[in-house]
Amino acid sequence: MEKLLAALIDGVAFGCVYALLAVGLTLAYKTSGVFNIAFAVQAFASGAIYYQLHVTDGWGIVPAFVVAVLIVAPLLGIILDRALFRFLRSAPPMARLITALGLLVAIPQIVLIWFDETTAVNPKGIVPGGDVVYHIFGAALDRDQLSIIVLAALVALGLTLVFRYTTLGIRMRAVVESPRMAELAGTDSDRISTAAWVMSSLVAGLAGVLLPTVTQQVGDIYYTTLLTAAIAAVVLGSLTSIPIAFVGALGLGIVQELLNQYLPVNSVIASNLRPSLPFVVLFLVLILSPRLRNRKELTDPLASVDPPPPAPASGQRSRELTIATRVAAVIFCLGIGYYVFVHGNASVVGQAIQVVIYSIIFCSIVVITGIAGEVSFAQATFAGIGGFASAQLASSAGMSVLLTIVIGGVVAAAVGALLAIPALRLGGIFLTLATYAFALFFDNVVVSLSWVSGGLFPVVAPRPQLGPIDFASDGSFLALCLVILAVVGIVVIRVRSGTTGRYLSAVRGSEVAAASVGINPTRARITAFALSAGIAGVGGALLVSYEGHASKIDFSAEIGLFWVVLVVTLGSRTVEGAIQAALGFVLFSARILSDWIPWLVNHVQPFLHVGPLSPAIEFIFFGLGAVTYARHPEGILEANKTKSLAWIQAKIDRFKSRGSTPSAEVAPAGTGSAP
Amino acid sequence: MSLLVAEEITKTFAGITALDRVDIDVEPSELVGLIGPNGAGKTTLFNCLLGIFKADGGRVLFEGRDLARVATHRRARLGLARTFQRIELFSGMSPRDHFLVAERVRNGRGALWKDVLFLGGPTASENARVDAMLELLGLTDVGDRPIESLSLGVGRLVEIGRALMTEPKLVLLDEPSSGLDRHETEALARQLRAVQSERGFAILLVEHDVEFVRSLVARVFVLDFGTVIASGPTEEVFADSAVRKAYLGDGI
Repeated sequence: MEKLLAALIDGVAFGCVYALLAVGLTLAYKTSGVFNIAFAVQAFASGAIYYQLHVTDGWGIVPAFVVAVLIVAPLLGIILDRALFRFLRSAPPMARLITALGLLVAIPQIVLIWFDETTAVNPKGIVPGGDVVYHIFGAALDRDQLSIIVLAALVALGLTLVFRYTTLGIRMRAVVESPRMAELAGTDSDRISTAAWVMSSLVAGLAGVLLPTVTQQVGDIYYTTLLTAAIAAVVLGSLTSIPIAFVGALGLGIVQELLNQYLPVNSVIASNLRPSLPFVVLFLVLILSPRLRNRKELTDPLASVDPPPPAPASGQRSRELTIATRVAAVIFCLGIGYYVFVHGNASVVGQAIQVVIYSIIFCSIVVITGIAGEVSFAQATFAGIGGFASAQLASSAGMSVLLTIVIGGVVAAAVGALLAIPALRLGGIFLTLATYAFALFFDNVVVSLSWVSGGLFPVVAPRPQLGPIDFASDGSFLALCLVILAVVGIVVIRVRSGTTGRYLSAVRGSEVAAASVGINPTRARITAFALSAGIAGVGGALLVSYEGHASKIDFSAEIGLFWVVLVVTLGSRTVEGAIQAALGFVLFSARILSDWIPWLVNHVQPFLHVGPLSPAIEFIFFGLGAVTYARHPEGILEANKTKSLAWIQAKIDRFKSRGSTPSAEVAPAGTGSAP
Repeated sequence: MSLLVAEEITKTFAGITALDRVDIDVEPSELVGLIGPNGAGKTTLFNCLLGIFKADGGRVLFEGRDLARVATHRRARLGLARTFQRIELFSGMSPRDHFLVAERVRNGRGALWKDVLFLGGPTASENARVDAMLELLGLTDVGDRPIESLSLGVGRLVEIGRALMTEPKLVLLDEPSSGLDRHETEALARQLRAVQSERGFAILLVEHDVEFVRSLVARVFVLDFGTVIASGPTEEVFADSAVRKAYLGDGI
């Protein structure tokens, strides 16, 4: 009985942390229309500042709290609103999600520039004497826990009242529904939106300073992981109900603590079920909740006044220009190939291999996002499944590595299809969340099983061999990877312009209309998912074969998020975009930041010596780069390509017309002088 | 045998009965109207006929076949096509692409491996049929423009053309004239009559525009508060006093 009570109390305290996050996230979605996955890092920023001021610098609780929660958190919210999300209010939900994703990648790295999270242990709460323990029927409850419970309940209650009884709440919902319509009805959308961001950022800040007392450490990873658990509660409340989100989060915390207490500590179930509970719950809630079935996302009734998306750059050039750019591209590629194969040292060839392999993996994002229009956060997981499957089969069963690479792709495709079948009736943001839950589940639970990754000792992955040809040398392996990339690239291009691409484009345009002409929308999407997962799996299998062992950090859920940001920002519609993203992913930190920029700076000026720059800049650079997605959904590189091709085309046209006008002018002059 | 028979279709939403034991039938090649005030349940009935909603009671027979366990996209392949009141087009695609997609589905040539093996492009016969449809609806000039750049009237024609590309036996038209001016409406009615007499499919037309209904259909059903209050030849029904009261208003 005491044990049960203790578990309940711990569970309520833990559940209240979830509840704060869940309520804050619901609030943010309700009032800004953004499914703000960057909410966790907003909380992290406040948590880090509070720790720095209160624990490290010895400030009092009140001034530290005022700065971290009451000043910095709302300020950050105002900046995000004014600088970013204000311009995205009429953008599609996906654009807002991608922008938030970019922030999720960038903000922690910005905070970590001055905050050292590796030493941030023994955090303190926001009440004096936080470790004073009260006893309730023999079960312990400390003051920190009590403060969390009280504050979470107050926040949830207060917000529920605001939405039920004030016009501010109604106005906020109107602005989310259609900012332009709300303005037509006499509401200042800008002010309402700022108010909404200040409110949700305050909750983020509060959660940020309260949460470390539960996790015992201040690190962005804790915030993101706990937020994912909270998402389950948010989804339970259909993203809009604050009371349901609160109760759901509380229940989740209690169940988790009960499992903690009552499952045998060392059993297989305990060691696997406990850490995975939030992700399993999120996944189950997503696929089982009847309220989410065929739920339409908020769409702006005035969306139809927006201009159509731009056509692909390649469709806008003349025949001559097409030929010219193709010739230029071939010469350029041959030049690079010559340099790499003939003059490249080991590190150059190694990086070339990585670029090619990541290009293959990123082609999977082109299929799922560029062609099918869905965002999957599980692409790294699919690559991992392919990689682990291939490595296990090659090293344990001794199969031919070329065969296992294909099998790796097939296994990943099968998993992708299996994941898609229940998840696809969701669509949009819920589908994305289901893939995220799956990625985290794989990352936290499946990957540590020894039959998957080899456990402590990563499974060895040999290089392929084809009859007499051995791909052990990097040069020949690079050639093999190039051949596979060419095959994958052709498949992607053919699928995009072929029947499957047209069907997917139709389903993307209007699912109900697609069904009305006989397209099976579910089947079309499952095809896209399986194809995408298969391509990722092949890429993952090549990656482990290149590295010689299957390492799980290559396929973590976080890296998967970064991939999406990278590809979507640079251009998710073309194979070219995937290759450029791979170049960025491999070379940006390895070459540009560590060699090229310091070299350039040190050569230009003699006063300041610059060493290799931190690889964290990569995350900040591309994370913040994702905010361009809303303006250029086709990708920045694609947009600039369109622009420069149009520029060149205009030059050519002018040149041509100049070539023809003289003859037009000469003719009358000639007729005039003839008689 | 009737082409379409709906028997005792019932549908409730959260306690409100949208359709209450509705019976309708359409003969092959027949033009039938379905009229009624806003909120009478016309679009709900369409959605039940097509399986977008699952009816709570009753059954739908198409050519004598019970459609209860047939998914929406399969019904389309059986020969049941529709247009939408709030137009549902494939954004970013041209009218030609719309027709090509429908034609490809009808052919059943949509396998992934064919795309990969360079067999996914439109064939000569497909292009010819698409061109013929563009010609028929007078869309040849705008055939390759993105759909967003075209007017609502053209959008309605594209919807009709897309439905016709599936070679339907019955087309459900959901308020095709809404949002069109008098001139556009008349042109639409003319085109519909011409295409119908050429191809011989049946039409079930939901429409508010009384003139449009009169000019096109021979028989109507009147729906009010989810029940059929009258049915029969168009002129007789419009003369019926109960219909005038429910639909046209007392004063007329």
